[in-house]
Amino acid sequence: MDVLFSQLFAGLSLGSVLLLAALGLALTFGQMGVINMAHGEFMMAGAYTAFVVQGVVGNAGVSLLVSLPLGFLVGGLLGLLLEATLIHRMYKRPLDTLLVTWGVALVLQQVARDVFGAPNVDVRAPAWLSGAVDLFGLAVPKTRLFILALAVVAVVALAVVLKVTPLGRRIRAVVQNRDLAEASGVSTRATDRLTFFIGSGLAGIAGVALTLLGSIGPTLGTSYIVDAFLVVVAGGIGQIKGTVIAAFALGLLQATFEYSTTASIAKVLVFVVIVVFLQVRPQGLVSVRTRSLA
Amino acid sequence: MTPSRATTRLAPAAALVALALTLTACGARTATGDGAGAATSAAESCVDTSGDTVKIGFLNSLSGTMAISEQTVADSLALAAEEINADGGVLGKQLEIVQEDGQSEPTVFAEKAEKLITSDCVAAVFGGWTSASRKAMLPVFEAQDSLLFYPVQYEGLESSPNIFYTGATTNQQIVPALDYLKEQGVESIFLVGSDYVFPRTANKIINAYAEANGIEVLGEEYAPLGHTDFSTIVNKVKSAGADAVFNTLNGDSNVAFFKEYKNAGLGPDTMPVVSVSIAEEEVGGVGVENVEGQFTAWNYYQTIDSPENATFVEAFQAKYGADRVTSDPMEAAYTSLYLWKGMVEKAESFDVADVQEAADGVTFDAPEGSVTVNGDNHHIAKTALIGKIGPDGLIYTEWSSGEPIEPDPYLEGYDWAEGLS
Amino acid sequence: MSAVTTESPSRLSALYRSSRARVIVGFAVAAVLLFAVAPATLSTFRLGLLGKFLCLAMVAVGIGLAWGRGGMLTLGQGVFFGLGAYLMAMHLKLADAGPVEGSGGVPDFMMLYGSGEVPGWWEPFRSPVVTILAIAIVPAGLAALLGFAVFTRRVRGAYFAILSQALAAAFAILLIGQQATTGGTNGLNGFRSFFGYDLADPVNKRMLFFLAAGALLVMVAVARQLMVSRFGELLVAVRDQENRVRFLGYDPAQVKVVAYAVAAFMAAVGGALFVPIVGIISPADVGVVPSIGFLIGVAIGGRATLLGPVLGSIAVSWAQTSLSEAFPSGWIYAQGALFILVVAFLPGGLAELFTRWRRSRRGSVPDGGAPAPGDDGTSDGSRPGAARTGEPGSGDPTVEPQTAVDHDPATSGRTA
Repeated sequence: MDVLFSQLFAGLSLGSVLLLAALGLALTFGQMGVINMAHGEFMMAGAYTAFVVQGVVGNAGVSLLVSLPLGFLVGGLLGLLLEATLIHRMYKRPLDTLLVTWGVALVLQQVARDVFGAPNVDVRAPAWLSGAVDLFGLAVPKTRLFILALAVVAVVALAVVLKVTPLGRRIRAVVQNRDLAEASGVSTRATDRLTFFIGSGLAGIAGVALTLLGSIGPTLGTSYIVDAFLVVVAGGIGQIKGTVIAAFALGLLQATFEYSTTASIAKVLVFVVIVVFLQVRPQGLVSVRTRSLA
Repeated sequence: MTPSRATTRLAPAAALVALALTLTACGARTATGDGAGAATSAAESCVDTSGDTVKIGFLNSLSGTMAISEQTVADSLALAAEEINADGGVLGKQLEIVQEDGQSEPTVFAEKAEKLITSDCVAAVFGGWTSASRKAMLPVFEAQDSLLFYPVQYEGLESSPNIFYTGATTNQQIVPALDYLKEQGVESIFLVGSDYVFPRTANKIINAYAEANGIEVLGEEYAPLGHTDFSTIVNKVKSAGADAVFNTLNGDSNVAFFKEYKNAGLGPDTMPVVSVSIAEEEVGGVGVENVEGQFTAWNYYQTIDSPENATFVEAFQAKYGADRVTSDPMEAAYTSLYLWKGMVEKAESFDVADVQEAADGVTFDAPEGSVTVNGDNHHIAKTALIGKIGPDGLIYTEWSSGEPIEPDPYLEGYDWAEGLS
Repeated sequence: MSAVTTESPSRLSALYRSSRARVIVGFAVAAVLLFAVAPATLSTFRLGLLGKFLCLAMVAVGIGLAWGRGGMLTLGQGVFFGLGAYLMAMHLKLADAGPVEGSGGVPDFMMLYGSGEVPGWWEPFRSPVVTILAIAIVPAGLAALLGFAVFTRRVRGAYFAILSQALAAAFAILLIGQQATTGGTNGLNGFRSFFGYDLADPVNKRMLFFLAAGALLVMVAVARQLMVSRFGELLVAVRDQENRVRFLGYDPAQVKVVAYAVAAFMAAVGGALFVPIVGIISPADVGVVPSIGFLIGVAIGGRATLLGPVLGSIAVSWAQTSLSEAFPSGWIYAQGALFILVVAFLPGGLAELFTRWRRSRRGSVPDGGAPAPGDDGTSDGSRPGAARTGEPGSGDPTVEPQTAVDHDPATSGRTA
């Protein structure tokens, strides 16, 4: 029974990590159709931001709280730069954005290697996040609870921004009908940039959160990018809801498979499940109905 | 359009004919080379020893995922070469270094090894890290009959006349670590490793040892390389409740594992972990606070108290910065160059066959202590050390085998290991 | 090709006449270079390297067909390359281990890491015939199966790319996990003979090079044949306007499946020849990163052209080998930057520059949307700009024609 609960939590926790990694993608890929392979490297940038901040601030607790908004800013600005220099020329060529951003990812990794050195670095977790809390008789690591909460907050905040704020209205308008939005006086260029800024900023936050779990190295992003894309694809694009469900479903699936088999086999099995699932529902879990063919 | 289609078919047809002709021609010419794998002597060695320099090759991953570790080996090799050159070189010849990048890919290691041997004509090659890179290079060195000095602890079950292994084999690292655990009264262990050759082979050995020594193995888990989510594996470890964990995870995975381990309320007091891939270099990345008090098994620590080590550490930090640490693979690489020098000087020749002939019994007062080359299996006798990670990130010797252990890569001297190879 | 729509018939036939001559001359020159000049001037080591590049170029030819012509961005070609390579490697390992009677016929690594017994699914590959058939059939068959499943469900564009990438990731993890039967991260290596020929013999190494060179030439010829055929026209049509093709009564899925399977076959042959030439195959050669790596050369050379992928792939491999020696870090920047610049600003690849230069020399004004680089002069897609669809954010990242977009806003404006 204990094991069941702890595995359930492991799955939820993994799901929250996936969700944080995929949330920004759900925005840039799901809403804008840009396949940003450098998303993982924006996460890496966020993680290194946490490392640098901790070096400056010293106190682990304060540095974590400072890093979260700063990581958002660093990731967002990187995204803005990428959008302004390359991606805005390529909205009509989504597949080429994939390749271009992969090249960018390659370069960013090497930059990290040259700036921070090849060895991985460590960010200390604050004292109030070390150890575990007792939850229904289950020792739950505080860091994992924190990430779960962070993921929930990020989703809620994003949902609020999209639903309630004028900016969110503009984003949705541009997504639903670009030409009509433009004709109504919405600056699609500015909206694109802002959307990309937010999406990339979320990657930065995910990166900061990941420092609580693992190491920070130049290849940090590569280990998440494939999974994150699968989450978005399986969730269905155009809706944050689908991404949330898919992230937790995949997290639970991975944890279950991993417990009953091995980590390697679990990973393969999850891939197989996704491929089969997309056979059944090529549009993903939740899809926006459009009049487009196919 | 029709005529054009008809004629373009000529081109492939012509290519096919050319191909067929070539194949038949070659087939006829090689009928003699069809012997039962008889080692056709490879191209004559092109090593040039006529001048007052001699070329040697360093082959380390300077790019890619393994650059993290292998750059340190390249650094200490460069230090050794510098020292040797300042001291008059080898047989009066200055060493000329050809540095190559293995790009963290076995295929590239094989390719660059061949380049170093056949195009650069180096007298010997130093480097490699992963087992995969060594396995990839092995056939090249055997076919070209050249020498490789491999500086990293590895899974054993190998001995090639063309490779000198200056890191530990299993009976100099894993077996002493198990002896130590047994001595401490450990009755059950849990095995955690990355999913690749070293952990799997090591765990095979550990299982055999455990069975013979009444230690219960409560579980065996592998994580894919680069795996970063260890909550499930730590759950399994925790619920199994072993006396100790034997950790063969490599690189980045250690960080995620130890953070999870600590957060799950486990630590050196409740369930100590013995790691065989965490050295001084890695402790910083894993985070001292996560591994403090845990154990490691190596043959060298920066804290070893000897004049040779003091000189080595001082020279290394003078060259690369006072914040740098020295670790086992770095020391083994440093030692490997001096051992090669010793062999060459004993043989009074750079020739591969002469060096192989002279290798047996060559000793060097290394930073880790005195090491001696075993001429039969090309490994070196080393002292095993169990260390405890201190609060300063350095590792302090907790237990020592006392004297150098003779290398036994196939574990032939151990009854319980009979079924392994 | 779509040139048909823009060129007058007489001009067209002239084009074909000249192109026919050029193709024959081209093949002759390539054959002389590969079969006479290269072996005469290169050392055994360099020749082996070139052989390796040729194997990678075979994968590139397939990608050029599937991606450049068919619009299927496959990020998982490593799977088919790896299948071909591992099938070949399994046979070579078994052949080296000798017959079952006597030595037991167990490959060395299985004695070390495995149970010491050859698993059942390895057994068939003792036979050279089965192995060669398997290399020809298994990867292409798998591709056809996958393609059929995916394309009939109209999964395409980015979805297909991401799925194929996941496939490559899963394949590599699977290979690593089965150390006892696949060699794990070590992969398979240490082959002594190739169908009875001693691999240490320089003469045999040269034979392998010729084999690779011949295979590549044949593949280029096949690709050209496919491109100029009716099938090739359909393929381009599917890439640019899948729905129109469907409305015309064709099944786009079928067309795509065939192209995908052919590309897989080419990758598999490249992999199968890679093994004896390079002497090793490991999961590091087949995973996500090498799979994308195959695309670099194709994109730089010119994805939609016949020769662009081949030449681009060889050039990139060569640069990687020679430049990474001198500047390990600088090379990564250079490679990344070149890749970014070409894809973003020169979607037709360097071949596009060549075409533009040739056109400017001829003095003809480029018509419409930046004429695409065609193989030997046949422009492959000066498409009317009106055909462009897929607004960003429509949630339907369809494959967009790369060729119709120019980095110069003025030009691309004119096309619309």
